[in-house]
Amino acid sequence: MGAALGVILSRNPVHAVMFLVLAFFQSAVLWILAEAEFLGIVLVLVYVGAVMVLFLFVVMMLDINVEAIRRGLTRYWFIGLGIVMLMAIEMVQLIWLRGQESVIGGGFVPYPEGYSNTKALGAVLYTEHVYAFEIAAVILLLAIVAAITLTMRKRPGLKVQNIASQVAVRAKDRLRIVKMDAEKRQ
Amino acid sequence: MIGLQHYLTLSAMLFVLSIAGIIINRRNLILILMCIELMLLAVNFNFIAFSRHLGDDTGQVFVFFILTVAAAEAAIGLAILVVLFRNRRSINVQELNTMKG
Repeated sequence: MGAALGVILSRNPVHAVMFLVLAFFQSAVLWILAEAEFLGIVLVLVYVGAVMVLFLFVVMMLDINVEAIRRGLTRYWFIGLGIVMLMAIEMVQLIWLRGQESVIGGGFVPYPEGYSNTKALGAVLYTEHVYAFEIAAVILLLAIVAAITLTMRKRPGLKVQNIASQVAVRAKDRLRIVKMDAEKRQ
Repeated sequence: MIGLQHYLTLSAMLFVLSIAGIIINRRNLILILMCIELMLLAVNFNFIAFSRHLGDDTGQVFVFFILTVAAAEAAIGLAILVVLFRNRRSINVQELNTMKG
């Protein structure tokens, strides 16, 4: 949570990304503590490994003028604080005061010996939710295609090879054989 | 003993902090995207805690899909951001008024 505070409050976007990485690491640790080992590992691999590197790359590539963005920033902070405090109080009240008599109280029941989270997850994922799994694959493909088509651009005046025309060239396009009579020696 | 309530509280705090982050950093598009990631993380916390509490692995499958969609969303969002910055030299949300009617 301290890391999340760092994300929203740090002045430098690079520091914010680093705090976000810290937040994701701590979440992975907490998920593993909740015996969701596979998802904890996936969180570290996918988020810390891929998405955060993407964020860091974009933050560093764009080279934003931080001071200009921060100027005149804190105009709405009290409204934000009010909304946030209201929501926090409501949620905590709901969880702690109303939750005592309902089903959500008490600790987790530990899994039996020899339980494998990854195995159980795979057993559910590939049987009941196999269509959703395939749709997720299509969504990822869509993300790849969309990201590449959005960021690809053709710069004018760039000297690139045209492979197709290079392959399609024939000898008669380049070479002209001229028939002429032999000449006498001077 | 750490139980469902602790996880739910942490998740609520994360969610509230990300909302605060969106309100505070309303000008920086990258920070808004990062706050959305944080929000999805809070939702995943809820899913995992309830899945663990009820002993049902379907919740964790859902977390898996949310992670997938969040990764795709982050990739596309950052791609749009890069194109935007290339065109406008700025990612300030309040300068993005090209489509103003």
